[in-house]
Amino acid sequence: MSAKGKAPLLDNNKVNADLIKLTYGALVAQILKDYEKPEDVNKQLEKLGYNIGVRLVEDFIAHHNIPRCLDFRQTAERVQQAFRFYLGFQPAVGNWAPTGNEFSLIWDNTNPIGDFVEFPDNLRTLQYSRVLCGAIRGGLEMVQIDVAITIAKEFLLGDQATELRIRFNKRLEDALPIGED
Amino acid sequence: IKDRKAAAAAAGPSSSEAPVDTSASARDSDTVFPKLESIGYQVGQRLIERLTKEHARFKDELDRMKFVCTDLWKYLYDKQIDTLRTNNQGTYVFTDNLFRPLAFFSAEGVDQYYPQSGRFIAFPCGIIRGALSALGIRCTVSAKVLSVTCCVFEVVVERT
Repeated sequence: MSAKGKAPLLDNNKVNADLIKLTYGALVAQILKDYEKPEDVNKQLEKLGYNIGVRLVEDFIAHHNIPRCLDFRQTAERVQQAFRFYLGFQPAVGNWAPTGNEFSLIWDNTNPIGDFVEFPDNLRTLQYSRVLCGAIRGGLEMVQIDVAITIAKEFLLGDQATELRIRFNKRLEDALPIGED
Repeated sequence: IKDRKAAAAAAGPSSSEAPVDTSASARDSDTVFPKLESIGYQVGQRLIERLTKEHARFKDELDRMKFVCTDLWKYLYDKQIDTLRTNNQGTYVFTDNLFRPLAFFSAEGVDQYYPQSGRFIAFPCGIIRGALSALGIRCTVSAKVLSVTCCVFEVVVERT
């Protein structure tokens, strides 16, 4: 997705940013129509993002010659890099917990996918950015990192920034299918 | 991650994997296509509002069709519609020989996945319908995939 939606991109692999944002908006509206409860919609968006992330991580690794991450800070950098690569919108990494197992991705004064969006008051529990959380979770899960993500701030709801809080849960061990050693 | 497959299947139209069984395509045309189309419709309407902001008044119907074929298409897919034909009685045929959403289709799997191509063109159909409705033309849009990357849209204007 291009950062500026004004001019269409000549790059074959990129899609107009406005188109993505509008399509995502319309998609959320449709899911909301289907499921009605904002909580259910959040779940669907998370699932949607998860499926994106699970697939996207392979593509990301294929495009970038990246070594193994040795600590969570490096992981954070990679996530940041992935956002730049796919959304053209790089978040800041910050608000590290003293223990180093929790950080935030912050987009100041914007929501990367939330242009053209207005929130009606009765939908304040709808998490519009949930798809991003799902994508991060899905992607990291594929590299054996289990994280929990919350939306700390949401620009669309009047906050100063969009902030995703990412907490390291545990390292996943490779689970072999039963019957295979 | 035991139920990843199940999750992927449940994600429905947004999932990039097209299920192989053809029974799904019957269900698709009833429930999924109209939804994809209506999503496209909304996107088309909004895009046109942005694109025509500084555009001069349109002369006639053909002028608007041309706008969709050139400006809108360029904005969306980086290329224009290749040919625009009309019978001058309210039927317009847009042909795109290298339609971007179909560009990544495998040529070998054409037969196997042919029924699935509808999933990829329902959305653009909606965009065209939405765009034209925002331009004041009520119409129905249908599309056919002719070969691997060639897509033909037929727009029939509703006259009252």
